[in-house]
Order: sequence, then structure tokens, then C-alpha cells
Amino acid sequence: MIQFLVHDSAHDNVGVAVVDVKAGQELEGRDLVTNKVLKAKASMDIPLGHKIALKDFKVGDAVMKYSVDIGKVVKEIKAGDHVHVHNVKTKRWA
Amino acid sequence: MAIQRKVMAYRRENGKVGVRNHVIILPVDDISNACVEKVAAMVPGTLPLPHAYGRLQFGEDLDLFFRTMIGTGRNPNVAAVVVIGIEPGWTQRIVDGIKETGKPVAGFAIEGRGDLQTATDAARVAQKFLQDASELQRTQCDFKDLYISVKCGESDTTTGLSSCPTVGNVLDKHCDAGYGSFGETSELTGGEHIVKAKAANKEVEAKFTAMFEDYQKLVFDQKAGTDLSESQPTKGNIAGGLTTIEEKALGNIEKLGKRTKFIDALKPAEEPKRGPGLYFMDTSSAAAEAVTLWMASGAVIHLFPTGQGNVIGNPVEPVIKISGNPKTVASMKEHIDHDVSAILRGEMTVDQAGDQLIDIIARTANGRLTCAEALGHREYVMTKLYRSA
Repeated sequence: MIQFLVHDSAHDNVGVAVVDVKAGQELEGRDLVTNKVLKAKASMDIPLGHKIALKDFKVGDAVMKYSVDIGKVVKEIKAGDHVHVHNVKTKRWA
Repeated sequence: MAIQRKVMAYRRENGKVGVRNHVIILPVDDISNACVEKVAAMVPGTLPLPHAYGRLQFGEDLDLFFRTMIGTGRNPNVAAVVVIGIEPGWTQRIVDGIKETGKPVAGFAIEGRGDLQTATDAARVAQKFLQDASELQRTQCDFKDLYISVKCGESDTTTGLSSCPTVGNVLDKHCDAGYGSFGETSELTGGEHIVKAKAANKEVEAKFTAMFEDYQKLVFDQKAGTDLSESQPTKGNIAGGLTTIEEKALGNIEKLGKRTKFIDALKPAEEPKRGPGLYFMDTSSAAAEAVTLWMASGAVIHLFPTGQGNVIGNPVEPVIKISGNPKTVASMKEHIDHDVSAILRGEMTVDQAGDQLIDIIARTANGRLTCAEALGHREYVMTKLYRSA
């Protein structure tokens, strides 16, 4: 069963949960470009559609999705964490 | 490669293909809405289109107003039009713009006669238009003659994974020989470099860039110290997992397909004039406003990916909703025409979802009502650029 998808794992550092995920769960994912099987472990609950960190991030790092920069990290993130408005902000219109 | 299939649709006097056969009662201005509603009450089966504007507009805003009014009447989904305004000047200007198509159109002005006499006179004409339109037959037309517009709403991360790429797949298959249009100018922010690379040539890229930069300036001039969070992305987008405008834009851009280039950048409600292909249109990302602009540019079917469940419809242009969010397709199924949630489970490819969507478009063109039509969604919303004089 697929629990998360990554648009392009060669460049992206976040995945998208496609089911509601629970803290501690071992997850199976897919890369949408290569269809390669990916693994991750959720460190917290992540609702369907929300992002999971695939690596550790420091403040100021770029979050990459669709191989493109989608915003800056404003609070430290560990691999497996929920990535959203509490730790990432837009670089536009700011 | 064009999509090689036929649909049963209405070939209008000017050769354009429509999929509905509405007789509309169109107010020129807000104060004529009551008279328009009286006509529609006397002649059930006609479609009244009340709206909020049409008085004391000027400049570019007035130009857009006339394009929207005239374009609504010209849309191939419309068989005939009764126009009612407070005074005869602007009423006649709209009548003349619609008349070029060759379809039946008549105008009535209220001043000097009042609502009741005007409504009575207009209703007699509306009745004839309605009976004449009821006799028009659907004929075999090419799928490629359908002008299709696309825009998503209440997006989430599932739209970028499933429903938007499905629409992009259809545009890739349709736009070699058919007409398509996308827009949502502000909602390309963060992916504008990708859109620019899809311009067919430098002239089109420059036209797009000017419109994009103009919208950026508007945001900066009006944003009053915020980064637009909760407006763009919306609260619904954020609930669905979208974090920034950049992320939202990249999902949105999936609707443009993988290989299709766009051949012109249109003003809001401007009719495409460069032949078959994909067109950018300068629109806001508010669903009802944007779809109204495409309808006024002549689009006859709209494809609307949604994640969290936008419910929009349009009175003239059928809106087909596509969703890949498994929660939404279950909890709001009466609004979703095409469930592509199997893509998220790895059980359906985007190409398969696109072929299924082409089938739904053909059935809609043949006359099947969309969810939004069946539920009575008739959002007719003018885009207003600035205050009236």
C-alpha cells in the first residue's frame, strides 16, 4: 500500500502523505518519475495531503517539491516531521 | 494528433460549436435585474443572468464590462439573447456586439416605459426566441471544435498529484487541433519561469510577462504588510496541506500538460483569435469570476480540478469537476464528475485518467448535465478592475 508520493525524489526533499499517517509508522512511498519504491518513518501524525520531511532541515534551507523551491524553513525540521505553515514560509510577496 | 471523436452539439450561425442551447435574458446593469427576472418568470425556460455592475464604469474597466456582456451573448452555448438595460445606448451597444454572430438578439430599455411595459414587450420576444431555439437540433461535430477552459479551486496537494495532471493530459491531447485556455495569473507565482518556458515565442512570452508583472505590482500595492497567506493560499488550501503560493502554483501548472506551448496571452474575456491551440488568459484565481471570464471569451466546457471540494458552476458554460482526494470524492460526491483518487493509490495512470476525462467531456458535450448543473450552480460573476466613477 502506498502511503506517500514524491514528485521527483532526485530533487525533492519532501513527500506527500496520501493517507492519514500516524506517528511512528513505517511508510512506503513511490517516486512519480521513476516509480521507485521509497521508505520513510513518520515522527508525528501527518494528515492526508500534508508533507513529510525526507531529510533534516536547518532554518533558511529551501524546501524542494516538483524539483522547485517552494519556500524557506523558519523552524528546524527533522526527517519524518510534518512540514507545513508552522515551519515553512513563502519567499514571495513577503 | 487531434482527438478523433465526434460529439452531438449545436453548430451556431457563425460556425462555432456549443453544447447547450440557452435563451438568456441579460441585464445591462444592476438596476435592470428586476425587470430581467420578470421576463424569466413570464417565460420559464429562459435563463436570467442578474449581476452587480454596469453603471458609471469607465476606461479599461468599462471595456472589460462590455467584453464580458457581449461575450456572454456570443458564447456558442447561447441560442438567443434578450438584452434589457435602463437606457437604450449601452443596451444597443451590447445588442450590436452579439448580433455579429448572426444569432437572434433583441434589446429593450426601461426609461420612459417602466419595468412592467418593458418586461411585457421583452417577454413576447423571449417566448419566440425560446420556441425557435427548442427546434434547433444537435448535429455531429468534431470534438476538436470544443473550446475548453481550465482552472482549479480549493486545491490541495492531491490536485498537483492527480486531478491537475489529468487535465494537463487532456490539453496535451486536445490542443494540437482544438482550443484551450488557462489563466489564474497570481496563482502562477513561484512557477512563472515554467510558464514562460511554455510560451510559443518571444512575443507571447513578453505579453504574458507584462500581465504577470502587472498582477505582482497589484499584490504589492494592496497587500498591506501581509504575504497574502490565507488569501493565497486560501484557508482551504492550507487545510489540504498546501503551505505556500509557490507550492500551490506548481500544482496548478500541472494543468498545462507536458508538451503544449501557449500561442497567445489574452486580456480577461478576450476571444482567442490565433486559431487552434492553448491560450493564456489574464484572470484572477477566484473561481466564479475566472470561469465567467472564460465563458465570455467563448469557452463551452470548463475543466475544474479540486482537492478540498469547490462547488462552483456557471450558468452558460458547464463545469466538470475532477478530484483525486479520497476524502472529498466520498464526502462531497454530488459535486465530483470524475474521481481520479485511484492515481494516489497507484491503481490508475494519469494517461488513463485523461482518457476517461475525454469521455466525460464528450458525454457532457452530448447533453449530459454536470454535477454543478444538476445542483443549480449558476455563478455569473463580473470581474471589476476598480471603483466606478
